[in-house]
Amino acid sequence: MRLADIAKILDAQFVTGADQAEREVGRAFAADLLSDVLAMVQEEGVLLITGMTTPQVVRVAEVMNMGAVLFVRGKLPPQATVEYATGASIPLLATPQDMYETCGTLYKAGLLPAKRKGFSLGNALPHARHP
Amino acid sequence: MPSPTRVIHKRIYEVVPRDLERAGTVSTEVRRELLALGMSPDIVRRASIICFEGEMNMVLYSAGGRIILLVRDDRVELLFSDRGPGIADIDLASQPGYSTAPDWARELGFGAGLGISNMEQNSDLFKIRSRVGEGTVVRATVLLGIPFF
Repeated sequence: MRLADIAKILDAQFVTGADQAEREVGRAFAADLLSDVLAMVQEEGVLLITGMTTPQVVRVAEVMNMGAVLFVRGKLPPQATVEYATGASIPLLATPQDMYETCGTLYKAGLLPAKRKGFSLGNALPHARHP
Repeated sequence: MPSPTRVIHKRIYEVVPRDLERAGTVSTEVRRELLALGMSPDIVRRASIICFEGEMNMVLYSAGGRIILLVRDDRVELLFSDRGPGIADIDLASQPGYSTAPDWARELGFGAGLGISNMEQNSDLFKIRSRVGEGTVVRATVLLGIPFF
């Protein structure tokens, strides 16, 4: 799906990278937990849907060669994030919709989930979180 | 022991503890180096993820240290060494979901306890050694192609 189409159906705007509106993203992954993005996404060119707006989000997107980052819940990233993304040529979009609506809308429009590592229930051992 | 293969490329990066402004920049730099060397997307991706997880661990938990990128004929090696505090129980720390991350790290979206296992899963060879009070050393290797023929 083209970023321009995504922007249109979500009423989203380009924060940076509007010149790359024709870029295609094949699939998507949604998370606020960057640890999960790093551990689970198994392919490149993915659209990252997130509510996190720190520069680290864009560094994760760059390291994983993602196609674009879409911020939800009306959040706009700070200047440091925008500058970094512009330098790294990673388009940033922002939508007023929340994550659930965003994912539902895109899924309905045919944007499928990114190929990811399978995690069975209980895999993350929450009981082992603290020493 | 097989003879060591030729080093094509070497870079040393300093990692500053708690420097969230720069956290992740070593990894993006490593990624660019590997792309410039013409490495395949899969190799670049795996090495970048390993580097990012290792770098974040050093920024979040260590007293600082350095990351060495070594590109050899047949492999990419990432060496991480920090100045402490060391990991008392490496098996426990490597368990997915185990984390000692402070709240400020979690608020940034990190510290879910997946770092070490994710480094290991993206490596072909992975070795971690640690001494409490001294530091931790990690060697993560990504092999280029099948080395046994």
